[in-house]
Amino acid sequence: MALYSEKVMQHFLHPQNIGIIEDADAVGEAGNAKCGDIMRMYLKIDDDVITDVKFETFGCASAIASSSMATELIKGKPVAEAAELTNKAVAEALDGLPAHKMHCSVLAEEAIRDALENYNKNKENKP
Amino acid sequence: MNIYADNAATTKMSDAAAEIMTQYNKEYYGNASSLYTLGQKAKEKLEEARCIIAGIINAEPSEIIFTSGGSESDNQALLSASENGKKNGKMHIISSAFEHHAILHTLKKLEKNGFEVTLLPVHENGIIHPDEIDAAIREDTCLVTIMTANNEIGTIQPIKEIGEICKNRGVPFHTDAVQAIGHQLIDVKEQNIDMLSASAHKFHGPKGVGFLYVKKGIRISNLIEGGAQERGKRAGTENLPGIMAMAVALKESADNMETANAHKSEIRDYIIKGLSEIPHSALNGDARMRLSGNVNFSFEGIEGESLLILLDMKGISCSSGSACTSGSLDPSHVLLAIGRIHDVAHGSLRLSLGEEITLEEADYIISAVKEVVEYLRGISPVWRDLVSGKREFIL
Repeated sequence: MALYSEKVMQHFLHPQNIGIIEDADAVGEAGNAKCGDIMRMYLKIDDDVITDVKFETFGCASAIASSSMATELIKGKPVAEAAELTNKAVAEALDGLPAHKMHCSVLAEEAIRDALENYNKNKENKP
Repeated sequence: MNIYADNAATTKMSDAAAEIMTQYNKEYYGNASSLYTLGQKAKEKLEEARCIIAGIINAEPSEIIFTSGGSESDNQALLSASENGKKNGKMHIISSAFEHHAILHTLKKLEKNGFEVTLLPVHENGIIHPDEIDAAIREDTCLVTIMTANNEIGTIQPIKEIGEICKNRGVPFHTDAVQAIGHQLIDVKEQNIDMLSASAHKFHGPKGVGFLYVKKGIRISNLIEGGAQERGKRAGTENLPGIMAMAVALKESADNMETANAHKSEIRDYIIKGLSEIPHSALNGDARMRLSGNVNFSFEGIEGESLLILLDMKGISCSSGSACTSGSLDPSHVLLAIGRIHDVAHGSLRLSLGEEITLEEADYIISAVKEVVEYLRGISPVWRDLVSGKREFIL
């Protein structure tokens, strides 16, 4: 058995939504370099709908694949729905992750949540 | 292009070793403990293999115990020395911070049983200072165990000098020579070695076979009980086909050592030079005192597992010291021991070359690594922060 599912390899080798959004409405981050994984998510939001999303990831194949899949799952979705995204949903969409790699999907969830929290904070601060 | 560059993990069996293994499985299948001719023929061949191996490392045949490989040999050496020590009230062991886990985990177990362990630093270049061994030896030291060459960064230790100090201080000296034997000259007398661990599959022999050299006079304890094989020190019907294949492979490696080392070190240095052109990268371990086939680099801003999978996609088999490849949250203990911080240790790459490596393949490796590192840096938030000045470069 291969280490990763075909879906994971597909998203690792051909990640979707990679890059940055210069004028992002929200940026979120999870992980740290010490542990070997950092994800950064950039969101473009119009009328509380995520119209565009990009990511950058420092990490292993499953971290990159999890970021890619997570961005696919929230693209075009209302903010409220994106906030509900769980790591389990990310892992399932990838046809599963090895047990010791589940934290990669957690980071994807956390990075999105961090971005949405920043978005909500910014919104409150706006006059 | 397919390039196998993970010879420190394991090697491809040589044709001669594979052939003799098949031949022995068919012809000398008798049990070496049986009294009839077929059994005694197997016994004869077993002793022939023992003589070949002993001759290559300048030991006596009776000083060679066949085992299942490096880990078993390490375990048996440490267990034996610690039991011998305990009997004399000596419960202190000296080792280094970057030994193989077969040593480090066994030492952890011994610590739980009341032993005190001193792990010496290995310094930035990955080489132990013999005078630090001398300084660490105490009245109650029952063993010094230092690897001959490191499995990740390939640095070669001053074994002869360490052995001499141990000899003068009356402390048994064990060396895990798994990475070195077959690639570096081993002479147990000249190098003052009391115990030595070896594994056949690191020098083009079969997997699951190895040996432990134990100098005459040192008491050995069993890990495996149940029979009189190996002079009662290791029970279990001897794996004669594997053992003879090991002897053949070691002989071949020893005969071919100089030529292979000259070639591999030339290609190694060529690859090191090529990879050094990648900005914010660094060679891990001393540039000169290293195994002829070992290249180990850290690249800042990327993670090693992604690097090695992308290189695999390009046909290159290699390894990394990142946490993701070790199955734990921490990167390689070897890279941490030479002072690489976590962030940089995660982004490491080990290439361990075989003697068949060509210059053309070296060029392919260099350009593939450059390309993949550049790609991964391009998608790394850490690299973005390094370039923008938000985070400080380490390398």
